[in-house]
Amino acid sequence: MAASLHLSRLNRRRLAIFRSNRRGWWSLWIFAAIITITLPAEFVANDRPLLISSDRGWSVPVLATYAETDFGGEFETEADYRDPWFAELIASQGGWILWPPIRYGPRTVNFDLRRPAPAPPSWDNWLGTDDQARDVTARLIYGFRISILFGFCLTLLSSIVGITAGAVQGFFAGWVDLLMQRFIEIWQGMPTLYLLIILASLVEPDFFWLLGLMLMFSWLQLVGVVRAEVLRARNFDFVRAARALGVSDGTIMLRHVLPNAAVAALTYLPFVLTGSVAVLASLDFLGFGLPPGSPSLGELLGQGKRNLHAPWLGLAAFLTLALLLSLLVFIGEAVRDAFDPRRTTAKSAP
Amino acid sequence: MNAPLLQIDDLHAAFHGEGDEADVLAVRGASLSVGPGETVALVGESGSGKSVLALSILGLLPYPKAYHAGGAIRLRERDILGAPAAVLQALRGNRVSMIFQEPMTSLNPLHTVEQQIGETLRLHRGLDRVATRQRVVELLDQVHLPDPERMLAAWPHQLSGGQRQRVMIAMALANEPDLLIADEPTTALDVTVQAHILDLLREQQQRLGMSMLLITHDLTIVRHVADRVFVMTEGLIVEHGPTEQIFTAAQHPYTQRLLASEPTPRATVDSPLPSAAPPALMKAVDIKVWFPIRKGVLRRTVDSVRAVDGISVSVRPGHCVGVVGESGSGKTTLGLALLRLQDSTGELHFDGHNLQTLTGRELRPLRRDMQIVFQDPFSSLSPRLSAFQIVEEGLRVHGIGASAAQRRTIVAAAMHEVGLDPETMDRYPHEFSGGQRQRLAITRAIVLEPRFLVLDEPTSALDRTVQLQILQLLRRLQDERGLAYLFISHDLRVVRALADELIVMQDGRVVEAGPAAQMFAAPATDYTRALMAAAFEVRAVKVHPQGGT
Repeated sequence: MAASLHLSRLNRRRLAIFRSNRRGWWSLWIFAAIITITLPAEFVANDRPLLISSDRGWSVPVLATYAETDFGGEFETEADYRDPWFAELIASQGGWILWPPIRYGPRTVNFDLRRPAPAPPSWDNWLGTDDQARDVTARLIYGFRISILFGFCLTLLSSIVGITAGAVQGFFAGWVDLLMQRFIEIWQGMPTLYLLIILASLVEPDFFWLLGLMLMFSWLQLVGVVRAEVLRARNFDFVRAARALGVSDGTIMLRHVLPNAAVAALTYLPFVLTGSVAVLASLDFLGFGLPPGSPSLGELLGQGKRNLHAPWLGLAAFLTLALLLSLLVFIGEAVRDAFDPRRTTAKSAP
Repeated sequence: MNAPLLQIDDLHAAFHGEGDEADVLAVRGASLSVGPGETVALVGESGSGKSVLALSILGLLPYPKAYHAGGAIRLRERDILGAPAAVLQALRGNRVSMIFQEPMTSLNPLHTVEQQIGETLRLHRGLDRVATRQRVVELLDQVHLPDPERMLAAWPHQLSGGQRQRVMIAMALANEPDLLIADEPTTALDVTVQAHILDLLREQQQRLGMSMLLITHDLTIVRHVADRVFVMTEGLIVEHGPTEQIFTAAQHPYTQRLLASEPTPRATVDSPLPSAAPPALMKAVDIKVWFPIRKGVLRRTVDSVRAVDGISVSVRPGHCVGVVGESGSGKTTLGLALLRLQDSTGELHFDGHNLQTLTGRELRPLRRDMQIVFQDPFSSLSPRLSAFQIVEEGLRVHGIGASAAQRRTIVAAAMHEVGLDPETMDRYPHEFSGGQRQRLAITRAIVLEPRFLVLDEPTSALDRTVQLQILQLLRRLQDERGLAYLFISHDLRVVRALADELIVMQDGRVVEAGPAAQMFAAPATDYTRALMAAAFEVRAVKVHPQGGT
């Protein structure tokens, strides 16, 4: 879309409608706040300190790897910053250690538990630990981040593929449209989740494999809308007028047709986003998702199911997922309202 | 005169503004009365508040977004403004009926004709199934729909526009109302159909002795139908009186301007035919556009819709050829085919080039010389581009103006020429009025300095006073630049203002063609005569049987 800093009256009106939906507006702010906390997860929850002042000057363990010998220790392996001995070592040098608010990374095992894992919430582990003695808060933060990043990537890629496919169908119509439409119908008939499980068991799934596998199906959601909009837009008089001016097909498509179809697609995107987050969580829950040990909301949910005697696991995962999906749906509804032509171009009098 | 049937006193109607916007005052103190058996016309341009006034009578405005700040509406001395919903419901469709403008959308597409008309009968009279059916057949017969028995089971999409409007009228008349409110009842219809529908309304009015409030922008209809006229503008009734008095001795300047907006004919019978005429700029011979109808598994072409069926036109520089016909006659398709925006067969010569054999790329430089202006200025301008971007597009395609600054100068000059303020070039289309938008569409076309312009109903979507301004603009541009026009319209009054030659089309074929002045003075065929009678005298003339009106 034509990006201009100057907001047209239409866009100002859309913003006003978006803001008038209080629920969506607040959801957006809450979501933005959570994003700003979870995106730099390494600086929020980590088993490496942010900053150490010692004899060797300042070191930044969160970004670089240091051997223990660098701080005057004994081993040439990486320093174990959580070891009380290490803290004493730094203190003896008259230095200090700046920790992130949560002193656990997603894979840090808490060996100091007083009772067998999973341990209930305590001052040390705010939301308890999972069945492998890892801190639930830290895993939630990382899991949330990966869910969101995965969702955004998948939404972006599937909208690129979906809008392109829909635009091609709508613009060229005829045989191209007919063949692609039949293909899409067959493709849509596939049992997506089973297929993902089978494919995920063929390869060693990681973030990008999963992204690719899910992209194979998620682009379908947008094609229909975009195709219909483009089919409609190609018969608009202003498209005809552009033809009469001698504008080429490609330019007509990019300048006149797609921006009009994009609005319809845009209202769909938040829902594609929720869908992506939910699919990733379900794959992780079933154990076909991200590699073992990765922090993820679905994996935590699975642990909750396996450890019903530790309700903080299931509850934490469920509440986080519910919050995330609700926020996205509320924002999505507000966006949909804002782009609803009946509301933005409402006539005052007939 | 007896006590009026409907009496509206100092009515106010307004809509709450959205958010912090100011309220929209649609009606600002209007008074109006309709006597028994009388036809009263409420005349005004779009946005004058006439429809809001009409909808207020039956409480059909979108309350509570709409509200009345004051005034009174009395029906038979009884105050009905703000009456309880039950009272209004008992009136609607019973004592007071309404007909709307758009016959395509005012019938429910999922109900048959019998169900649509039967509904109001059952509601207000509590008739049983057999009695309802009898009454519906009777009503269909009264509105002159052919074969009423068979019509009962028809769905709205099977009917033509005129037939649908007849069904609407049958619905409105079902309970023999005292007052019929007709909101632009014929605006969406072809002229010949228009005349038949007005005839029908008059006939039914006399039979039932009911009153009629006719809301319209069309002065020709008013003159032929109404007893008294109320003129409305900007939410106020500025003048009212008997029809003859309004048309002969209007007092208010707005009424005078409205009356003066009747376009004047261009060519007269005496004007000499161009003898030493320059050669034709656009010459089309035997143009055909057939859309195939395919059937069966193999999609064989079994028949075709002949939108344009062998039409020859030639347009000379400085000349205007008018193409007239009712909707579906193929006149727009012809215009598109001439510019090769629509595939066609037949010969197309433009300035010595054979257009049919050129590829899209070879055609592009010629596009500069032939442009088009569409009917609807709302759909012909992309809502996402500013006025400058819209006009500039053609300049960029044809490499006119080296820099953006230079193009801005060119665009500004063109906007100035069509009477638009160049200062407004960074606004978006929705910030312009309908007439300004059409000027912008004309700017887009003439900024390329074309020699041939197809005008596809350029004034149909506009108010009358604006219509006249656009016609004057087109006439001036033609005189100054020697443009060749193909002017497509269903409105003979508008065509008469511009055309030198005239082509009358029906079902894709030419019915009659020749110099415009001669044809207006002495039409040679029945069809042309019927068109002219309908347009200038609002008189229905029976022509050879057609698909029913």
